[in-house]
Amino acid sequence: MTAHLAELYRYRVLIATLVVRELRARYRGSLLGFLWSFLNPLLLMGVYVLVFSVYLRVPLEGYAVFLFSGLLPWLWFSSSLGHAVGVIVGSGALVKRVFFPAEILPLVSVLSNLANFLLSLPLLIVFLLAFGIRLTPALAFLPLLLLLQLVLTAGLALPLSALNVHLRDVEQILGNLLILLFFLSPILYPVSTVPAWLQPLYFLNPLAGLIQGYQNVFFFGAPPHWLHLGVVALFALGAFVGGYWVFDRLRDSLAEEV
Amino acid sequence: MAGHAGEAEAVAVRLQAVSKRFRLFRGRQVTTVKDLFVRGGRGGLFSGEELWALRDVTLEVPRGRMVGIIGSNGSGKSTLLKLIGGILKPTAGRVEVDGRVSALIELGAGFHPEFTGRENIFVSGILLGLSRGEIRERFDEIVRFAGLEGFIDNPVKTYSSGMYMRLGFAIAVTVDPEILLIDEVLAVGDEAFQHKCVGKIQEFKARGKTICFVSHDLGTVERLSDEAVWLDRGILRAQGRTREVIDRYLAHVAEEEARTLGVAHRQAEAQAAAGTAQRWGSREVEITGVRLVDGAGQERYLYDTGESCTIAITYQAHRPVDDPVFGIGIFRRDGVCCYGTNTAVEGLALPKLDGEGEVSVSLERLDLVEGEYLLDVAVHARDGQPYDYHSRLYPFAIRSRVKDAGVARLPHRWRLGK
Repeated sequence: MTAHLAELYRYRVLIATLVVRELRARYRGSLLGFLWSFLNPLLLMGVYVLVFSVYLRVPLEGYAVFLFSGLLPWLWFSSSLGHAVGVIVGSGALVKRVFFPAEILPLVSVLSNLANFLLSLPLLIVFLLAFGIRLTPALAFLPLLLLLQLVLTAGLALPLSALNVHLRDVEQILGNLLILLFFLSPILYPVSTVPAWLQPLYFLNPLAGLIQGYQNVFFFGAPPHWLHLGVVALFALGAFVGGYWVFDRLRDSLAEEV
Repeated sequence: MAGHAGEAEAVAVRLQAVSKRFRLFRGRQVTTVKDLFVRGGRGGLFSGEELWALRDVTLEVPRGRMVGIIGSNGSGKSTLLKLIGGILKPTAGRVEVDGRVSALIELGAGFHPEFTGRENIFVSGILLGLSRGEIRERFDEIVRFAGLEGFIDNPVKTYSSGMYMRLGFAIAVTVDPEILLIDEVLAVGDEAFQHKCVGKIQEFKARGKTICFVSHDLGTVERLSDEAVWLDRGILRAQGRTREVIDRYLAHVAEEEARTLGVAHRQAEAQAAAGTAQRWGSREVEITGVRLVDGAGQERYLYDTGESCTIAITYQAHRPVDDPVFGIGIFRRDGVCCYGTNTAVEGLALPKLDGEGEVSVSLERLDLVEGEYLLDVAVHARDGQPYDYHSRLYPFAIRSRVKDAGVARLPHRWRLGK
């Protein structure tokens, strides 16, 4: 494990180069280019606000910003996995012909989406201020949330990308699971709407504690809920160790099966 | 021999009893969960078929040596390179490699079509293990070698396949590896670029680098390599002096080809017997067999240019026939008639045919260029009424060390005078 991490550190220039390439490739050839990384979540937010705030009238002051503060980390999570799951299959030529640690590919998916997320944070800040929400020192916990989400997402992206080489259904299953997870996480609704008796079960979903954490530091101006975050940390660590183990076991077969 | 007396030669690549198995999956490569459930369990994905791409290969490549790997398609050559390059792991055995490896297995494998040549040079270079500084230092050299001065800031999707390949090669050789693996790349690109590649490879050789390369072009292998390795269906058949290995390989190929041609001949005979559109005539005289026989009396369907060959035709006359004419014709696969003659045009009067017999024509020298040919044999009446005509039924092949062109190899001699 530590040997792998050390090796990844040696390949840091390659990782950085591929992340930059990924970010630049995403909007190359499109007219609005980088603006799309703002426009996509904004349009999505617009739709949700219309449905939940205007039609269904969720009684929450500043619903749009609340939604946005949970939607952005969710998009980082879901786009990372959505991209990572197909990345080894999609880079068959590379995996088959160049010798390099293949885990770099899913990690680049996660990191480039992290970069996208970070780049959209200024927009979130502008929104918060525009809605009259004060930024508080709780924001200092943001790096912790980022770290946990990074480890968790990477831990899921690794095995998914390798398993999909053997079983192409993984990609389809993931798509459906992500939709399920989206509604099981407090993105469209605040945690307070979940019945109290259900909450212990509810927070077994690591995304729930994580999204709640983001909403706390951005929207509610409060520190994360530590117990819920503890669950997230356990999940993240478990996913990373287990995910790397699975990836490692499948590693040698990747160049053959791709 | 390189290396100092009394000192063991350093080994750059060592393979010890290396085997590589690929598992084949039922019907298609892609497996789905449905298959898994339908067949049940872990073994369900696997069709039970295995392909041993390499079997028990033991091989040493001394440092600074250039080794050509030859063998027919599917003999495991590329697998061998990928094992040395670390891209594949052996199923059994050990692969030891001492030194920085650069694999020219597919040129431009990491290129992104939307990016410019310049951007791709950086990404590919880093992928192959160069630092940014090293790439910046060698950037102009790469561009010059690839001959892409005017295009380096265009996206590579606008490149021709030749430009793409040139850029890939230029980057790969810039890595300055200690061990260079080359898979068939000399077969791509135009003449001028091939010369450049060969020049670069010779430069590597002169600098004492170890090179393993796969090629179907035996001429190149013979010209460039110090030694050769011959793989046949995953088994190492020979390793040693290039000339000797190539000779053994060629002898084997000829043997295989001769066997295939022998089978093809028997098939043609069976076809003729069963009746085919390529056979017609009244059958008053029937051709019952056609054989090609070499000078030693051996039946054979593969000849070297200039060898002697006898075409023996056995016949059966179902009624007595006066004044028959026998003819032969040699055709190229594309239908060009190389040579045709019959007993009538040559003014031979044959006796009356009755019952069974044999007619043969001895060709003193089969001076045809290398290639595959089809034989026509016929017996007909003097007025042209066919008794039995076998049109382009019987295949045979000519092979030649000399790759001359045309139809026939006319006897000739070169002389240099003053």
